[in-house]
Amino acid sequence: MTALSALIRRDIRIALRVGGGALIGVLFFLTVVVLMPFAVGPDLALLSRLGPAILWLGALLASLLTLDRLFMADHEDGSLDLITMSRTPLELACAAKALAHWLAAGLPLIVATPVLGLLLNLDMVATGAVALTLLAGTPALTFTGMIGAALAVTLHRGGLLMAVLVLPLSIPVLIFGVAASQAAIVGPMTFGAPFSILCALSLVSLVIGPFAAAASLKHGLD
Amino acid sequence: MSLIDLANPTRFLALSARVLPWLAAATAILLAVGLYLSAVAPDDYQQGATVKIMFIHVPNAWLSMFVWGVMSMASLGTLVWRHPLADVAAKAAAPIGAAFTFLALFTGSLWGRPMWGTYWEWDARLTSVLILFLMYLGLMALWRAVEDPSRAARAAAVLTLVGALNLPIIKFSVDWWNTLHQPASVMRMGGSTLDKSFLIPLLVMAVAFTLLFVTLHLAAMRNEILRRRVRSLQMMQASRVAFSSDMGTGSRQENASTGAA
Amino acid sequence: MQGKMQLSGRGLGCVRGGRQVFSGLDFEASSGEAVAVVGRNGSGKTSLLRLIAGLLVPAGGTIVLDGGDAEMTLPEQCHYLGHRDALKPALSVAENLSFWADFLGGERSDAAASLATVGLDHATHLPAGFLSAGQRRRLSLARLLTVRRPVWLLDEPTNALDAAGQEMFGHLMRQHLIRGGLIIAATHAPLGLEARELRIGGVA
Repeated sequence: MTALSALIRRDIRIALRVGGGALIGVLFFLTVVVLMPFAVGPDLALLSRLGPAILWLGALLASLLTLDRLFMADHEDGSLDLITMSRTPLELACAAKALAHWLAAGLPLIVATPVLGLLLNLDMVATGAVALTLLAGTPALTFTGMIGAALAVTLHRGGLLMAVLVLPLSIPVLIFGVAASQAAIVGPMTFGAPFSILCALSLVSLVIGPFAAAASLKHGLD
Repeated sequence: MSLIDLANPTRFLALSARVLPWLAAATAILLAVGLYLSAVAPDDYQQGATVKIMFIHVPNAWLSMFVWGVMSMASLGTLVWRHPLADVAAKAAAPIGAAFTFLALFTGSLWGRPMWGTYWEWDARLTSVLILFLMYLGLMALWRAVEDPSRAARAAAVLTLVGALNLPIIKFSVDWWNTLHQPASVMRMGGSTLDKSFLIPLLVMAVAFTLLFVTLHLAAMRNEILRRRVRSLQMMQASRVAFSSDMGTGSRQENASTGAA
Repeated sequence: MQGKMQLSGRGLGCVRGGRQVFSGLDFEASSGEAVAVVGRNGSGKTSLLRLIAGLLVPAGGTIVLDGGDAEMTLPEQCHYLGHRDALKPALSVAENLSFWADFLGGERSDAAASLATVGLDHATHLPAGFLSAGQRRRLSLARLLTVRRPVWLLDEPTNALDAAGQEMFGHLMRQHLIRGGLIIAATHAPLGLEARELRIGGVA
């Protein structure tokens, strides 16, 4: 356990110290959301109808685009070799890294959601619903995105290739995340059904993500 | 005192230490006077007491642009004369500018609440300020992302100047975008016919806030200079190897210190 | 440290990128012994070390460690010092070292003492990013001292070290051998201690 908590603490510390890596994600989120009204027009009624979708898209892009260096940095400086050799199973180490990333980069997005909700004219209920669905759904994004981050190490390529690989995988999360928020705001569905599926997606990705990432890292060793 | 003297960081530290208390005092006095004048200013016949937000909002909005101007001048100094003090001035101004811009947005949305019924309206002015705010944040992120301050300074200087050229274009496009969707502006603030009873407190507040910026900026520049000194001391300390174990030799120490110079 | 250990490889083969690097390679090392792997560039010195560390999968042959801790795999009992130092520039020297000590676990000695041994005790609180290449190498040596592992796999360990640093490192390696550890080092430069030579890939 000390090994995993040491890894989590190290990654969070680096994320907060170097170039505000975590905060750049929030800034990206903010920028994407601010761009939307310029595309669809400043009609507040329309914006509040689109609000949950805009927030979800922004959060999805922000949380996936900050992921691409999750393993790359450790690979470049040789840390990944030592992590692979250690007694800690690689799957658990991957899970710990993803958890650290979610704490440092995912949680701030959720904290920023109410402010952005204000810009999109969402009321309290709607903002709360979006924040809650993001809280339940962003772990799924991080843990599936981690697979792409591991592939980026294996393929020695990051950036857009990773986005192309991972974005399709995040479609189910987007569907149920937006559906749950809309259900809470306008109905007619109950909030519970899509929200439960969203939580299930997160739980499944918590299991699949670390194994897939570890497998692709092991195969990519050289 | 010539400009050359000021440009020496050590001289700057000495001079600014002497000037700062006076500046701070002048700022405090002017702010107190301005706040008093704003408090006794009459209510607007349409907006009631909410008009008083204007006395805070307008100076902040003015400073949000003024600070970018200061940073642009400093950026010219960085690019043309490659002067380290210009880098320091640009870097120190960014967070202060962002804070003023945030306050402008915050007070603007408080002011808008009774007017529009919502805290946020995609009003042309507020939207432009929001974009300015994003640019400040981006600039701060750039400063933090690059480890070496002099390299960060050049990148930030280019971005600042590009931003200065782009801001009018952004402003124009936002105005156009806004009128396209919303023929009548919801709120006209300021306007050419501002009564004298509003104008004087507003001017006093504007000067007070500008002084506040100068004070904060000088203090932040001092901090930044000291921070850089700490950094270079740390780097010197890292390279000054005290090779203390039993097989240590003296030559290593000399090599290291010449290497750092 | 455990009793007598013997690390042996039989008929090892390595294929990288479709190219056969070496094949049919045998080697042997036992407690208290150092093996210097020599050979020209591209002969597979680094690959051999990474095979032993479990970071590459051998194309053939076996690697066995006799007499080590039966509960641990071979890589878990190895220290691998590669070309890269596995340091984070944003963390301080002490933070870097204590992270690896916590993460690798097992028997360990005092981190501050190791830093003093490698000559970095004046810099413990400084960010690792401020260190020179040689100092970074010293910091990764401190990792070998802080966390105890019987097998040291060293890839060009004296790179970037100055004369005093090489001398210090030779001393550390001798101590490790005296305590019953074993060392396999890929190197061009002389290691500074008695070592059996393992030549791979023909004449240098």
